[in-house]
Amino acid sequence: MTIITYDGTFGGFLTAVFESYNRKIFPVDICSRMGEQKHLFAQKTDIQTDEAKAERVWRGIQQKMTEKNKQFVFYAFLSEEQGIEMKIYRFLRRLFSGNLDIETDFGDPDVLYLTQTSRKVKQEAMRMLQFVRFQHTKDGLYFCGIEPRYDVIPLVVSQFQKRFADQRWLLYDLKRNYGMLYDKNKPQEVVISNKEFSSITGQVNDNVLQEGEEFYQKLWKSYFTHINIQERKNLKLQRQHLPRRFWKFLPEMMILN
Amino acid sequence: METKTVQQRLEILSDAAKYDVSCASSGSNRKNATKGIGNGVACGICHSFTEDGRCVSLFKILMTNHCIYDCAYCANRRSNDRQRATLTVEEIVDLTIGFYRSNYIEGLFLSSGVIKSPDYTMERMVQVARKLRMEENFNGYIHLKAIPGASPELVHEGGLWADRMSVNLEIPTEPNLKLLAPEKNYPAIFSPMTQIRNEILASKEEVKIFRNARRFAPAGQSTQMIIGATPETDRQIILLSSGLYKTQNLKRVYFSGYLPVNDYDKRLPALTRPPLVRENRLYQSDWLMRFYRFKAEEILTDDQPFLDLDVDPKLGYALRNLHLFPVDINRADYEMILRIPGVGVQSAQRIILARRHRKLNSEHLSKLGIVMKRAKYFLTCNELPVSTTDWTPEKLKHKLVAGAVSKNKKSLDTQLSLFGNYQPVLPPLH
Repeated sequence: MTIITYDGTFGGFLTAVFESYNRKIFPVDICSRMGEQKHLFAQKTDIQTDEAKAERVWRGIQQKMTEKNKQFVFYAFLSEEQGIEMKIYRFLRRLFSGNLDIETDFGDPDVLYLTQTSRKVKQEAMRMLQFVRFQHTKDGLYFCGIEPRYDVIPLVVSQFQKRFADQRWLLYDLKRNYGMLYDKNKPQEVVISNKEFSSITGQVNDNVLQEGEEFYQKLWKSYFTHINIQERKNLKLQRQHLPRRFWKFLPEMMILN
Repeated sequence: METKTVQQRLEILSDAAKYDVSCASSGSNRKNATKGIGNGVACGICHSFTEDGRCVSLFKILMTNHCIYDCAYCANRRSNDRQRATLTVEEIVDLTIGFYRSNYIEGLFLSSGVIKSPDYTMERMVQVARKLRMEENFNGYIHLKAIPGASPELVHEGGLWADRMSVNLEIPTEPNLKLLAPEKNYPAIFSPMTQIRNEILASKEEVKIFRNARRFAPAGQSTQMIIGATPETDRQIILLSSGLYKTQNLKRVYFSGYLPVNDYDKRLPALTRPPLVRENRLYQSDWLMRFYRFKAEEILTDDQPFLDLDVDPKLGYALRNLHLFPVDINRADYEMILRIPGVGVQSAQRIILARRHRKLNSEHLSKLGIVMKRAKYFLTCNELPVSTTDWTPEKLKHKLVAGAVSKNKKSLDTQLSLFGNYQPVLPPLH
């Protein structure tokens, strides 16, 4: 009975996988050091993150996976679901032991779970592209505060960088309290201590808003109400596509709130 | 004429534009190569959803709702007394960029009522697209409506700036179009459509040779027709749209359930509600043709002019062809698995991939996302099948529809049921 603890990062997890091969142990659980203690009598092995070892495991995964699924394990890991580490671990054990492309073996509960979870993460990343709403502030920065279910901001930064190449923007994760700032050059991680925005709805305080911002928001709201066809009202369909948890970040839904 | 503010005009013109169904921003992966603003994402992105459940992806607006035509089905017809407004080229460009920078939209969908002449109108629409691309350095999505009757040169230039072009067919047969819109005719609609088709094909060939050749409407062409304003049958509509996919290489044919916008016009049917279920069934048939490898003739046979409103067309097909079922999940080919009711494209692909590793049973299938409540009557897997031999189509249909009253029995939406409130006249004996 061995459990491996690591620092909770993806690199740390990959190191743990490396060490389990290296020390010839098959852990009963792999969990973050910071997490709650679940096993009372198990023997604990703590693993220090080692980028070189992690890199080796990562390269091994890349070689075994097909082009389409290269990021598959990483996305599943990002879900931060309870017990995801062991599922990935068992999957990797199988992956490294054979040559078959087991990523399509959906009859296996682990593979199916990982597929579905990584899809959820990708979908959440897609929702960032959909529901991020920038507010133009006085210093020319486009700001958006949002609460994704999973830690997906790093996944969408490159998309935003391509799209808004000529404006400065900041995507801020209100739940995890960090953001990505793009200054027309390259994106970087920032943590804001002196907040001039609501940490619940991500709305920037009125006194730092750019002149025209309110006008555009007003126009957008009135556009949104007038493009709707009243005779076809279908609130269930709307909620299905536009989950309630995003409403507080969307200017067009604030009329209804 | 008093002057209206931008907001008032925006309201009038978005109100007028809402009847255009298309809002797709898919099919183009235009790069932000100029380091300006915007790019295209091939799968398209929906940015919001209105109360009717439709997506808001593009900033959908009419340039003007003044119109020289008097089409019976259109809210903006000349003889209607309603507020009219026009947005200038600069205003449309500013609004688009302003909305885009806040990530409200994916691009612009520009349509217009016809003012003065088709050429005059089209020219100003092309100007908007040119200004966006050249002056604002905008690489987001642009969908331009081609005005029937506009000159080929303008359509050509429009296609060079836009990602997608569309010409609306409006009414599925020409005599009925003549009846409702005497000033319009099919040749004027089909000539730009054919021109766009040819230029798209030519540009695709050219890109194969010169990688940097200018692309013409890279996201293809679409069209739209109104359902329920004229007495065409579903079979006619489906055959027409399948013909359009083949001959005109369209990306999409949109259906718009007729909304009684001009209920005073006696040429139009009196409806209380738009035929939403019928529209839904037509879209389902459209999907069957585009993604499920069905032929138009298979969806509706000769003796069957209309789609069944109670069951979706795929289930309808399965019920008519019970001799083809049950399908063995572990052996059948992809085409046949796609035809099982309750199995979607994604599930079918997953089945094909997963069965190489092990034999699949019903537990696997339901975990893969197959709707076993329906599918179990039409498939066998690695275990004993649900007996299908003694089902007649009527019995099975009844069982499936009764089992899902709330979801599938949609025909109640458009038509009152005859015996819905039936009560026996005589009191029961006991």
